[in-house]
Amino acid sequence: MSAVPVAPGRLTADPVLEIRNLSVDYGYDENPVHVLRQASLTLNRGEVLGLAGESGCGKSTLAYAATRLLPPPGLITGGQVLFHGRDGSTADILSMSDAELRASRWQDLAIVFQGAMNSLNPVFRVGRQIADAIRAHRPSVSQKEALERAADLLDMVGISPDRLRAYPHQLSGGMRQRVMIAMALALDPQVLIMDEPTTALDVVMQRQIVEQIAELRDRLGFSVIFITHDVSLLIEIADRIAIMYAGEIVEDATAQDVYRRPRHPYSNGLLHSFPPLRGPRRELGGIPGSPPDLARLPSGCPFRARCPFVFDACAHVQPELVAPDVPGDDPRRSVACLRHDPDRVAAAGFTPVPVPPELALR
Amino acid sequence: MRFFVRRGIFYVVTAWAAVTINFIIPRLMPGDPVKAIMAKSQGRLDSSAEAAIRTLFGLDEQKSIWQQYLDYWNLLLHGNLGVSFTYYPTPVAEMIRQTLPWTVGLVGVATVIAFVVGTLLGTGIGWRRGTWADSLLPISTFFSAVPYFWLGLVVIAIFSVNLGWFPSSGAYDRSMVPAFTPEFIGSVLYYGTLPALTIVVSSIAGWILGMRNMMVTVSSEDYVTVAQAKGLSERAVVFGYAARNAILPQISSFALSLGFIVGGTLIMEMVFSYPGIGFLLYNATTNHDYTLMQGCFLVITLSVLVANIVADFVYAALDPRTRQEG
Amino acid sequence: MAVETSVLTDTEDVATDATAPVAGKRKLLFLRNGKAITGLAILGFFAVLAVVGEWIAPYDPSAVSPDILQPPSGAHWFGTTHLGQDILSQVLVGTRGVLVVGLVAGVLATVIGVLIGVTAGFVGGAGDETLSALSNIFLVIPQLPLIILIAGQLPSAGGLTVAAVIAVTGWAWGARVLRAQTLSLRKRDFVEAARANGERTWRIVLAEILPNLTAIIAAGFVGTVTFAVLSQITLAFIGVTSVSEWNWGTILFWAQGNLALQRGAWWWFVPAGLCIALLGMALTLINFGIDEFVNPRLRSTGLHARTLRKRGIRPRIGFTPVVHEAKEDRS
Repeated sequence: MSAVPVAPGRLTADPVLEIRNLSVDYGYDENPVHVLRQASLTLNRGEVLGLAGESGCGKSTLAYAATRLLPPPGLITGGQVLFHGRDGSTADILSMSDAELRASRWQDLAIVFQGAMNSLNPVFRVGRQIADAIRAHRPSVSQKEALERAADLLDMVGISPDRLRAYPHQLSGGMRQRVMIAMALALDPQVLIMDEPTTALDVVMQRQIVEQIAELRDRLGFSVIFITHDVSLLIEIADRIAIMYAGEIVEDATAQDVYRRPRHPYSNGLLHSFPPLRGPRRELGGIPGSPPDLARLPSGCPFRARCPFVFDACAHVQPELVAPDVPGDDPRRSVACLRHDPDRVAAAGFTPVPVPPELALR
Repeated sequence: MRFFVRRGIFYVVTAWAAVTINFIIPRLMPGDPVKAIMAKSQGRLDSSAEAAIRTLFGLDEQKSIWQQYLDYWNLLLHGNLGVSFTYYPTPVAEMIRQTLPWTVGLVGVATVIAFVVGTLLGTGIGWRRGTWADSLLPISTFFSAVPYFWLGLVVIAIFSVNLGWFPSSGAYDRSMVPAFTPEFIGSVLYYGTLPALTIVVSSIAGWILGMRNMMVTVSSEDYVTVAQAKGLSERAVVFGYAARNAILPQISSFALSLGFIVGGTLIMEMVFSYPGIGFLLYNATTNHDYTLMQGCFLVITLSVLVANIVADFVYAALDPRTRQEG
Repeated sequence: MAVETSVLTDTEDVATDATAPVAGKRKLLFLRNGKAITGLAILGFFAVLAVVGEWIAPYDPSAVSPDILQPPSGAHWFGTTHLGQDILSQVLVGTRGVLVVGLVAGVLATVIGVLIGVTAGFVGGAGDETLSALSNIFLVIPQLPLIILIAGQLPSAGGLTVAAVIAVTGWAWGARVLRAQTLSLRKRDFVEAARANGERTWRIVLAEILPNLTAIIAAGFVGTVTFAVLSQITLAFIGVTSVSEWNWGTILFWAQGNLALQRGAWWWFVPAGLCIALLGMALTLINFGIDEFVNPRLRSTGLHARTLRKRGIRPRIGFTPVVHEAKEDRS
């Protein structure tokens, strides 16, 4: 067992959002691109789950598909997204009617989008934009009450309530992103999805926003899916990290496990592409090659062309998420690599190859 | 404020340019237009009239071009657009004053109807892509490719000559005396239906298409997705977020294409013999009544400018970014 | 992120990438567009008529005959006028005038538009302010009355004169669009790079800017041709231009002047009108093709609408369609 201290209330099996075998295509014609293939992910109550990977690996697609906000020509071709309410009810977002989905949105699950610049309607005052989210779900609330609530929310994210009457173009990038966070919290949602919420901001502002999110999470107790390509940031703020590659989740483990004991060659490569924050120095190096063209995916493991630990089975057998083949590992973590899956390799008629020491760090 | 100052300067410059074009064109024409007029008048104009025309027309050889230009402005600022040759000596300003209300009524109302209905249809088509509404596009393309006046001819042939439902020319029943009575207003509406309908049908396609394309573009903006993510009603998303932003470029292009549309609709007045400024321009052109032509052009241009200013105010009211200080 | 930057080998990649939009592969893509092909085919048909119209016309279009105001028949496919002239011959012979004026006006206006638009966009500053004010003025002034004013005062307004007048009044729209595009191109990396390399201005404009404006120039050209064709026909119809030169507008002029409507002679004005509409539609379709080629957002929706309906899914913003078509779920 790894010696990661498990905070009470976290990582306990109390899922709030379960994404099961979610598949997404881009393009409605005969040759769609399979941008997401059978991705599964579980978000527990009160947890910050980090979703990381290179640009185009499908991490944002996963979040937008799970909320059915993916723009055309996106098409969800299969899977389930189960939301567990506070009252114990369970609903599949993918099979909801339009009216049910509208009612559930923002109330159960809110999103902070990537582009803070374009997320706000340029022609309405920010107060009105927060208020209309409240009023859409609570018709009995008057406009005045909604605006008062909006003022409280702005105050909570550190913006003076008199900015309620400001138009988006009158706010700085950081302030707009804070407005978006305030808006997302308007209905006290249980899940907050943040899609690269800090990429467009300068480093100081990034820091402030991330700390603010952590602080609000502790205070309000929502769960967060935090999407970013910045793994170093995730290691600091996430409880658990899922690494995506070419439309699939390749590793899913606690932040500390991913950081100290990566089990997938791709996670290992990612970690070696930036300097460690603390602790001993290690060798820096990128990952050679580039991600595969999703329209022409190779057989077997999509990472094999760039993988230093590739062996003959990788070209023929598609890896699945399994517990790592390293004795003493947290049984809740999983990895999609044939080095960790001797049973599947043997079943396909190949000779299993043991886990290399780089992927079996203790 | 900066927005209004900039636009104000632009309108002043445009008005000046229109007046100057009006001043220059007759002077650039080859030959002596006044001689041509005298020849065409077949003795209706005497030599004193010729001298007056020369002054009004600015073809006084004794004066420098600059002096002529100043005189021209002086006349204009006193509301003097010269006298018509054909209806000598009726002042052009008087003739235009009589026809302008008819044009503003017909072309103005029809254009606004076409804009509003076309924008609404375009909103629907742009938002609900991949439905039957898409088939409206090729139909409207056909109507935008047909010249306005030809559609007018076809409409007259069908509804006036064959079916006899509507009159084919004029603005009201000739047996009536113009007055604000219900009968007269009814007659004006009855006579105006066919030309107005034709203008709407032939100009609506541009608005549908423009709004549809803007809706397609705006729909993929993040704030529209955010609006959906917030769980707002479809109505609120469409009208509060998508169409609310898509209409801004639509209004700019309304202002810019007014000149084009007005040109086309004026031809419609010719087809329907509608007593507006377009019909007046047509008559002036066929009679080679140059002062009248010039006057018509100037007033049409200035009217389009006024409509542009109105469109600018609407735009400024709808877009807070233009109201920004600095 | 380090992983992404490691993918880029050198800075040259950026420059070649940015000029890539004009590569031949995309040009072929334009020709695969159904709307563009339909439009080009119709335009080609009229172009052939413009060349051979005079020879294949069964009669002299101006020749009078005793067959007065005949409806369409075997001898006169499109019927005859009040003087017994053959309308089919008039339409055939008139095609050339329409296309030549449209083409000449389109070329002239495009040249003016490119000169003014690209210059304004590239020089910036006071020069830009002046030139864009100029094009805005020409946009706001109603073109048709201006054309009527000029053409009506000319002693004789033949086809080419009309084309010149239309070009002088109708270049502004193209210039405006080109200016905006040049402005955005000017700030792109590959233009900046060329400038930093000390390339001459005219070379940057010719080699870097103009190739990337091709589609917009083409769209402007097609638009101007449409406008020129409609204006010229309108002028002929109201009798401002020479009524002895045959074009589709002249036919309508005679039809209107001789009360074809009141006499119920629909064949007199319907063929010419349909030809105008068909030509106008062809030009509009070509422009749609160019539009969709330039702005793929417009394309993707139209293209998929039919396949989507077949599968029973509707593309919507904010409600991603769900179909359970993917292979069986993983264990």
